Amino acid sequence: MSRLIRLDRTGHTALARWTAADVASQQAAVEAFRRELDEGMLASTTLPDGSAEVVRELPLDADLVVLRRPIAGG
Amino acid sequence: MPWRRRASDQSLTREGRIWTLWSVGVVVTFGLPAALLIWIEPLAFPVSAILLGHGIAVLHLQVRRGARGVKAISEASDRAERTAIGLLGDLVGHEARELLAKTGLALERGRLGAWLVGQEGAILVRPGGHRVHCFCVRVGEGEDLPPGDRVAHLLLALREDEEGFATVANRNFSGATWRLRWQLPAEARPALSRASLA
Repeated sequence: MSRLIRLDRTGHTALARWTAADVASQQAAVEAFRRELDEGMLASTTLPDGSAEVVRELPLDADLVVLRRPIAGG
Repeated sequence: MPWRRRASDQSLTREGRIWTLWSVGVVVTFGLPAALLIWIEPLAFPVSAILLGHGIAVLHLQVRRGARGVKAISEASDRAERTAIGLLGDLVGHEARELLAKTGLALERGRLGAWLVGQEGAILVRPGGHRVHCFCVRVGEGEDLPPGDRVAHLLLALREDEEGFATVANRNFSGATWRLRWQLPAEARPALSRASLA
């Protein structure tokens, strides 16, 4: 089962879970994903080589998509 | 940050040389008059010592700023922090997870070198392990986040775009690895040793 999580003050919050067979869960995940992006979050998914990629559309084949805030120089 | 030139292997090498020149400049600025004073009048030794001490203090402060900017995570004290550290543990590999538990810093290998990521900054150990760059970088509006989540934010940003990460981050210090080792808290030193070997 794939997960969409947001890093927040609780540690992290699972916003959606979906499977390839369940179209309704996919749609709910896509909506949650768009809502978070509209609020300024960045979405990141890990690639097979260990690097990560910023995504603007929910990759439905990913196991884990993490929503995070932007970073800035300290 | 369009006004900043994008960091690269070459730009980091150049910056490292500038930092070395700066350090040599500090040594010369304070060391030369100190030596000259003793040569002219050996009884002026106390004044020479003050000059030398001043120079050493300047160098010392720079390294300390680099070491303190990173801020390792400590043991989880509440549920949110435990949750955050759990996720962070999932994000890093087995070797880095052990090191994270011991030292509070997350090790990440990149093209520019080996990174040690903390809550508010990162240390880049360049290939060969002899030079480090200390960066100050934080999560935007991240004051409410548990420390483990701050590290996870920075780790993901680093994985997404290593050179972009080095561009956004502010430079605190660059110099010899041994200088930084002296200033790091004892618990964090094994992480620096591991990164130097990576």
